[in-house]
Amino acid sequence: MTGAPVNELPAEPRALRRAIAPRRGGRPWTFYVLATLFTLYVVALYGPMICIYILSFQDVRGGLVFPMKGLSMHWFVDLFTQVRTGDVKGAFDRSIKLAIVVTIVTVVVSFMAAMAFRRRFPGDNTVFTLMIGSLVAPGLVLGIGVGLLFNALGIDTSWYGSALGAQLSWTLPFGVLVMFAVMSRFNSAWEEAAHDLGASAWQTIRLVIIPVLAPGLVAVALFGFTLSYDEFARTLQTAGPQNTLPLEIWSMTMNVTSPSLYALGTVTTIVSFLIIGASLGTIVLMQRRRGNRVGSH
Amino acid sequence: MTVQRGDIELAGLCKSYDGLTNVVQGVNLKIPNGAYCCFLGPSGCGKTTILRMIAGHEDPTDGEILIGGGNVVGLPPVARGTAMMFQSYALFPHLTVRDNIAFALRVRGLSKTDRYRQTDAMIEKVRLTELANRLPANLSGGQQQRVALARAAITEPRVLLLDEPLSALDEQLRVQMRTELRRMQRDLGITFVHVTHSQLEAIALADLVVVMEKGEIKQAGPAREVYASPRDRYVAEFLGGQNVFSGAVAAVDDEHATFTAPELRAVSVPIGTGHVSRGDRIDIAVRRDDIDLVRPGKDLSAATSSIASRVLAVEYQGNFVKVLLDAIGTDEFVAYVPERIFFKDPYTIGDVVMASWPTDHARLLR
Repeated sequence: MTGAPVNELPAEPRALRRAIAPRRGGRPWTFYVLATLFTLYVVALYGPMICIYILSFQDVRGGLVFPMKGLSMHWFVDLFTQVRTGDVKGAFDRSIKLAIVVTIVTVVVSFMAAMAFRRRFPGDNTVFTLMIGSLVAPGLVLGIGVGLLFNALGIDTSWYGSALGAQLSWTLPFGVLVMFAVMSRFNSAWEEAAHDLGASAWQTIRLVIIPVLAPGLVAVALFGFTLSYDEFARTLQTAGPQNTLPLEIWSMTMNVTSPSLYALGTVTTIVSFLIIGASLGTIVLMQRRRGNRVGSH
Repeated sequence: MTVQRGDIELAGLCKSYDGLTNVVQGVNLKIPNGAYCCFLGPSGCGKTTILRMIAGHEDPTDGEILIGGGNVVGLPPVARGTAMMFQSYALFPHLTVRDNIAFALRVRGLSKTDRYRQTDAMIEKVRLTELANRLPANLSGGQQQRVALARAAITEPRVLLLDEPLSALDEQLRVQMRTELRRMQRDLGITFVHVTHSQLEAIALADLVVVMEKGEIKQAGPAREVYASPRDRYVAEFLGGQNVFSGAVAAVDDEHATFTAPELRAVSVPIGTGHVSRGDRIDIAVRRDDIDLVRPGKDLSAATSSIASRVLAVEYQGNFVKVLLDAIGTDEFVAYVPERIFFKDPYTIGDVVMASWPTDHARLLR
């Protein structure tokens, strides 16, 4: 008992300190709380998707809910062979084509817009505001508007016409904003140096501006492609008689009650990941070529 | 005298960005072929604007720029035969050292083998052979400068324009690259126009120093002339190394004007060709290293001027000692005392000393 009161007194502040500051070599308890929170967040984010991917690998007895019944690729085969599930292959084709066109237009126009916006010009604020406006406008409403406009003009809506336009109203502002960020790191002295060394305007763009901005342009392309590939709201009223893939999936949820719906989800996800992976890989490769050349002659 | 290919003449050169105020106001200057010319001035004095106008990156509002006798206003840089080295070098980040240097040849449509043959010769000249395949991000500041210099020189321009070429380097490297710049200029034998705000850099490098203020040339001449014989107070103070005193003229004889600001006793200055009359306010310049410090009470020769003053600060500089003095009422001034002399009888802060100098070494400023 002797000495106990003496020991108790400093014990409290020490415990307090331990609660916040990390112990030597360890982590504070707050780390574990935040790590748990983050894990829950990730599970909530990816859990539902992962359920769908797992359920798509059932065999012929499979249903729409757990538990898993067997393990096979049956529903993937079913997806591409059965007519009753709808025109999946056609929709996939159209979506890819549309996404490629949207990507090209987005990259080219965003690049040119970013070049133009480096200097002030009359009405630049108006142009910028109008552009951002179409980003803020509700997609479904915008889609209906485009559909109505085409009707009023007597032009048939189609995935390659009205849907393309509606999608661009969404991808272009995104692309331009990304290009603004990319451009802010572009040193105009490079352009001047090229001019000084005798490069024509076109040579300057081809040999200096585009190569320097290439990683940014790939990022814009990635944005354009993925935004178009899974665009639903703006496309719904503008795609015309032939569905794009997201519209096809949506209509399948109405009338298909087999795991082939899930198989479709798995396939489209794989395609998305392949494209994102390829783009990021390209950017990393470009930056590695640029940054880590030390010693490699 | 015949005009040579690297002669530059600026005639009534003006530049205004807003149509109201001139950044460059009617500059006239001749830079001879093969000269190393430094434009010296504080930021915003218009020196970079002049450089950019010579380079063709900026159009003059008025006036002419003649290179090799012909007016080049409106011509692109390549047609002028100029090349510019940019402030932070502006090396293309995605191209190797070799491709950066070969850029000018590439846009002229030379085949890969042709341009690399020429480029490799230049790379050798600037001692970058081992680094030829590196990207600019993997080079030191000094190496980057050499690449920028080689890139600008590959087209064999008649004029090389350098915009603050040493400002991106640290102190030690700056002195080293300064020497290298001068060596390159001798090797290439072309006109260099160099913009800087460092007086040390300008007087160390230049054959022709052009001191600027607010868009105007204050003085242009050889480095020694500008440093040792500044024309006015601004030049004297900007170049440093001088003390400037102001006062009203109390007496004038054939050779000297003597003035007495209240505390300045019998400070005289040779008039030279200037015209001074009694009552005029004049500025005189005295070199910091011309000033001797003596204890009060000692006799001074008749040919010296002197000011009683108090020591405010002492800074040891190695080969000399910088003594900051208070002239009791006038501006502070500085004496550079040789190290050995100072430490024979060192002064401490607060000591009263007589600062004296040979009267004939003082200069009357305009």
